[in-house]
Amino acid sequence: MTIQHRYEFVYFFDVTNGNPNGDPDAGNMPRLDPESSKGLVTDVSLKRKIRNYIQFSNENKPGYDIYVQEKSILNQQNQKAYDALEIKAEPKKLPKDQEKAKAITDWMCANFFDVRAFGAVMTTEVNSGQVRGPFQLAFAKSIDPIIPLEISITRMAVTNEKDLEKERTIGRKHIVPYGLYRVHGFISAKLAEKTGFSESDLSKLWKALEMMFEHDHSAARGEMSARKLIVFKHQDMLGNAPAYKLFNRVTVERVKGELGTPASAFDDYVIHLDTSGLETLGVEARELF
Amino acid sequence: MAYGIKLHVWGEYACFTRPEMKVERVSYDVITPSAARGILEAIHWKPAICWVIDRIHVLKPVRFETIRRNELGNCKISTSKVSGAMKRKSTQDLYFLIDDGDNRQQRATTLLRDVGYVVEAHFELTNKVGNEDSVGKHLDIFNRRARKGQYFHQPCLGNREFPAYFSLIESDEDFPLSELSQETKDLGWMLHDIDFANAATPKFFRAKLINGVIDVPPFRTLGVVQ
Repeated sequence: MTIQHRYEFVYFFDVTNGNPNGDPDAGNMPRLDPESSKGLVTDVSLKRKIRNYIQFSNENKPGYDIYVQEKSILNQQNQKAYDALEIKAEPKKLPKDQEKAKAITDWMCANFFDVRAFGAVMTTEVNSGQVRGPFQLAFAKSIDPIIPLEISITRMAVTNEKDLEKERTIGRKHIVPYGLYRVHGFISAKLAEKTGFSESDLSKLWKALEMMFEHDHSAARGEMSARKLIVFKHQDMLGNAPAYKLFNRVTVERVKGELGTPASAFDDYVIHLDTSGLETLGVEARELF
Repeated sequence: MAYGIKLHVWGEYACFTRPEMKVERVSYDVITPSAARGILEAIHWKPAICWVIDRIHVLKPVRFETIRRNELGNCKISTSKVSGAMKRKSTQDLYFLIDDGDNRQQRATTLLRDVGYVVEAHFELTNKVGNEDSVGKHLDIFNRRARKGQYFHQPCLGNREFPAYFSLIESDEDFPLSELSQETKDLGWMLHDIDFANAATPKFFRAKLINGVIDVPPFRTLGVVQ
């Protein structure tokens, strides 16, 4: 059974002394919105973490494979798959046999969580169209401006023998001392119908949002944690209220420190949810954590 | 335009990619008619109707910003691989690796910041129209959904990571203030839409901003070229 309700959610996570998402254009400095100096984390960065969490929390469970994987498996044996090739490739045209194309798409959706949730493009030599997933994320942005720090570190060893005379190498780390990030997400019940995204997939997704940072620790990330997830569930499959009006009900109040300056801890904020009149609209708001 | 609708559409980011600069994406200055059509279709669409964009009001100054992301290169799923795996009933070898090798590409996107538009459109009935289809019915459905903020899937401004918010304009008082009502500018050749009936041929038109408004020529006219 696919999900029967439209959802929107507001998700908060924070970082302490870490780099939540490096900017390849700025030498891996934390991403910054140039207008407001607020920090950014891209949608794809968060989706990567969801994929990773789903992958290892559902290992060897049929239906929860991940199509787009990180470099954890070294032997890519896709030649085997080519040996079993059955459909004759016709460049960039829809396959004549529409049933076969649909069977392929359905099979991918049934077996791969990321195809089912996020969608995938299946247009290669044999075109079987694209799958649009029900789950959609926007960019995450910090509540207040952040001040990234550049920290120089030294290494007591050298890589090459010829550098032995030099005493040590100096490296750099970029960190955000503290940042609370807010991100908006959407889940369409109608697109879920098409990919077979189910209630249990949805609860796995919520779990992933709660737990994904716990399993993504690294030298660069510092301390990152999921702080709050507020979910709006619409009675109607198509929705009962505009998304932006629901998002406006979630406000963040700065209770410590000067407004518009970088914060130093999660305690500096209070997150409010205005539930007044939601029931008559046909929307249920829940704080999942 | 008896059956026209007006929809206010806005968002924080947008990227209406120019087809000539799509590897490192560069957005057009304003929303294209095809992107506007996509937004309307996300709210309501049936094979019996076809949305036609008449006019686009540009409400906010055009501002750009860049963002670079790690993306996948040739990441398309090959159907032969999938059918092979289906035959073997195993997903073991079916995955796509992102690594530092050829699969990963860092691409910059030059996107628009803080956009707002009013899309004026109407729909026409297609040859797939059934007995139960009428103009009034589809117009009612659209208006009802837009008023309540309902949609089939979340509409977006070019790419799915840039959600589009919308509200229906029902009277002149609802019409949002435009910061560009004095602005007249030639925006050059712009994608009108893709002609799917004709082997997916892209068609272009000369977009001119006149006092903040772009008049979109009908799809099959002289103003629209391939």
